[in-house]
Amino acid sequence: MKTICLYFEIHQPYHLKRYRFFEIGTDHYYYDDYENERAVTEIAQRSYIPALKTMLEMTQQYGQYFRVAFSVSGVMLELLEQYAPEVVDLLQQLSETGCVEFLAEPYSHGLASLGNPESFAAETKRQARKMKELFNYTPKVLRNSSLIYSDEIGMMVADMGFRGMIAEGAKHILGWKSPHYVYQCAMAPKLSLLLRDYKLSDDISLRFNDASWSEYPLMADKYINWIATLPKGEDVINIFMELLALGIYQPLESNILEFLRALPSMACQKDIIFATPSEVIAKNKPVAPMEMQYPVSWNDEERDTSCWLGNGMQREAFNKLYDEKIVGRILACQDRRIKQDWDRLQASNNLRYMTTKPMQVNMYRSIYDSPYDAFTNYMNILGDFLKRVRDLFSEDVENDELNSLYTQITNLDKELAVKENEISRLRARLEKYEPKKEDEDSGGKEKAPTKVQARKTEVKAVKKVSTKKSAVKSAPKKDVETKKAETKKTAVKKATAKKAK
Amino acid sequence: MFGWEFPPKIYGGLAVASYGITKGLSLQGDVETTFCLPRPTGEEEHFLKIINMSQVPVVWRDVQYERIKDRFVGHTAEDYYRFRDHLYADFNYLQGLDDLGCLGFAGGYPGNLHEEINNFSIIAGVLARSEQFDIIHAHDWLTYPAGVHAKMVSGKPLCIHVHATDFDRSRGKVNPTVYGIEKNGMDHADCIMCVSELTRQTVIREYHQDPRKCVAMHNAVYPLADDIKAIEPHKNPKEKVVTYLGRITMQKGPEYFIEAAKRVLDRSHNIRFCFAGSGDMMNAMIDLAAAYGIADRCHFPGFQRGKQVYECYKNSDVFVMPSVSEPFGIAPLEAMQCGCPSIISKQSGCGEILTNVIKVDYWDIDAMADAIYSICTNNALHDYLAEEGMREVDKITWQRVGLRIRECYNQLTTRGWFDNEEYLTRVRDI
Repeated sequence: MKTICLYFEIHQPYHLKRYRFFEIGTDHYYYDDYENERAVTEIAQRSYIPALKTMLEMTQQYGQYFRVAFSVSGVMLELLEQYAPEVVDLLQQLSETGCVEFLAEPYSHGLASLGNPESFAAETKRQARKMKELFNYTPKVLRNSSLIYSDEIGMMVADMGFRGMIAEGAKHILGWKSPHYVYQCAMAPKLSLLLRDYKLSDDISLRFNDASWSEYPLMADKYINWIATLPKGEDVINIFMELLALGIYQPLESNILEFLRALPSMACQKDIIFATPSEVIAKNKPVAPMEMQYPVSWNDEERDTSCWLGNGMQREAFNKLYDEKIVGRILACQDRRIKQDWDRLQASNNLRYMTTKPMQVNMYRSIYDSPYDAFTNYMNILGDFLKRVRDLFSEDVENDELNSLYTQITNLDKELAVKENEISRLRARLEKYEPKKEDEDSGGKEKAPTKVQARKTEVKAVKKVSTKKSAVKSAPKKDVETKKAETKKTAVKKATAKKAK
Repeated sequence: MFGWEFPPKIYGGLAVASYGITKGLSLQGDVETTFCLPRPTGEEEHFLKIINMSQVPVVWRDVQYERIKDRFVGHTAEDYYRFRDHLYADFNYLQGLDDLGCLGFAGGYPGNLHEEINNFSIIAGVLARSEQFDIIHAHDWLTYPAGVHAKMVSGKPLCIHVHATDFDRSRGKVNPTVYGIEKNGMDHADCIMCVSELTRQTVIREYHQDPRKCVAMHNAVYPLADDIKAIEPHKNPKEKVVTYLGRITMQKGPEYFIEAAKRVLDRSHNIRFCFAGSGDMMNAMIDLAAAYGIADRCHFPGFQRGKQVYECYKNSDVFVMPSVSEPFGIAPLEAMQCGCPSIISKQSGCGEILTNVIKVDYWDIDAMADAIYSICTNNALHDYLAEEGMREVDKITWQRVGLRIRECYNQLTTRGWFDNEEYLTRVRDI
């Protein structure tokens, strides 16, 4: 039975503001709030909200028959939560219907999969957590930023425990093969691959409203007919696109939403069903391994990574961004602002603005009027950001050491927690033994604490805690929290200082 | 063709452009060019015929062939006699006539420029009567009156080449006499070739010309000679050099360069700024640099000639042209040929045909400083611009310009009038 697998990407980057080099070191805020608000509200109003509402109605109309999948990048969720929370609401309502699957993807929509596997894994996990938190759904299928896929990435993803991944059905990779089957990763057979049918996807996202296209106007019955007349056995039709296609690339006036609404009823007549990626993977066994040595994406004619890493400037920015030492530091540090900036700066769009490839259509370049402008601005911001990261720790501390220091700290934390438990236990016991004594005392409660304290020092002596922690322990309970933080800092500082010597 | 400058004597961009255009035309084989110069040196290349305007008679003098035959620079004594046969009025009242009956020219841009322009056009009348030609092509406003005169006499189509307008030179406060000469020349022209779309728009807007007869004819560059290619750059790896090269005058916006330099030097100390050139604002610029306390990092080596120019480009890491209004601006192309990334103002005509340069508004000193800093600190950007820029500029040849000019000529000779729309459709592939 033929199965349509619909998937929509929801992503917008944080727009960076004009950042001159003389602001490096003085200004650590990199974003154009006005543009972010404008862009997100506009996109939400013109595309996301009407499209999602339509799909919500479709789930009501067709019940469990209509299935659809989404992925929302973490940075986009932050933007939506800030500027268009109604989109998040709609997604939550959709997720409650049970007809929707959410896919995992790197939190930042960046190129970590090509630059730093460690941060790729960390980001993806974080994104999956966010999905669980917001939509109560644990993703089982992953989609990488802009569908970047290669054998190596497939292996990493399989190691992370995902069952499937979606990728581009690029003609130059597939050759005579059809994208209408489920394949498996050549290096990790457990990972199933769903390949995008670029023709059928682009018919909607690129050509739907193009009056010069020979198939214009595209109607749902015609479209479903194309699918129904596919050769027997070619059962999985993967239609993946950005949600922006509905409303922005193809304006609402083109009745694209009516088209979408009509698809299920037309499909129903032809015995075609809808399914989410994980359902497709569960139902269909992979027919063959699919080898993709070099990264493939859904961007441009070339379907490769040339629009992000095509020229020297882009590679320079990329290498600076994913420098091993830097990434290690960012992953190790606990500074939330640095982590947040790191997410936002990674977005692949920032590199895309620097492309020098000749474009048939005028490319959207945000505030920049040339690739050089984009590069200059981004490198200024990156310069400031990297400086902040470097200032976190002394230059010659190795990442491994940092990590071990941090594990030491977390261990100390755990130990502290154990000790604290014990203290409260002992204190409870003490109170049990001496309730009468307290009443007997003329002053009442004033004396009690000193006794507790005395008791505590005893405990300390018994337990032979290290000198550093004894300070924490003897301090009043209120201050324990702050002291903990201090010890952490001093531990790191001491270690780094030692190293520096 | 009427021109005021021609290599090897170079005052500015006009000589280079005149050379390129005539050379580009000569490569087609069937175009014969006669170039009329006020005062040639005799060392010009021989692919075209040079007429020495200061040795064309305007009054009859009885001179013997034997006595004068070796005195001519440019054209020959035979030409002299032919010209003498075509005198058209009595100019004995003029001052400065020599024993040949000719009017002398100082050459260059002397104080009595307007008188020289007038003389030039008087002589053009003689030439127009004695020479055989199909097209009159006048370069820059100094020769427009001559072109108009020649057209009046011969009835042949007049093509004028606008290398600059007075609006560019004066930031809008035009000299009415110059404007009058320019406007008159344009009014009489059948085809107005402007060195950029920017200039074309100025011509249409400020000189009220019909857009159909105005055409944007971008300049080009000549491939570097081998001896220039062989120049080894002397670069201090620890320091970067940012260069401004051109006349230090209001039109070129040198003060914006200083302002940008100030911003860059506030932040980094391994960058030097080089002000190559001379001009009326040079002292003011030195004062300004001193007032900002950056004089130790700004260098004023003065006017650069010939090979020095290329040495300057080769030793630089960034070339900046912050012109307030630049009709074309050949300098960035030359810098790019030497592998030096360029930053140009958006108000420069050459920006219309270049993509591998950084374009900023001339007044946007923050953006300019940012671009300078970025090229100096990011090797990837420097290398990309240097490499791609060199590749790009190698495709911009005078030969191509020659073919485009030929297309204009063809329209004028076959039909007598010029249409920009038609031209654009025809030269799409050139």
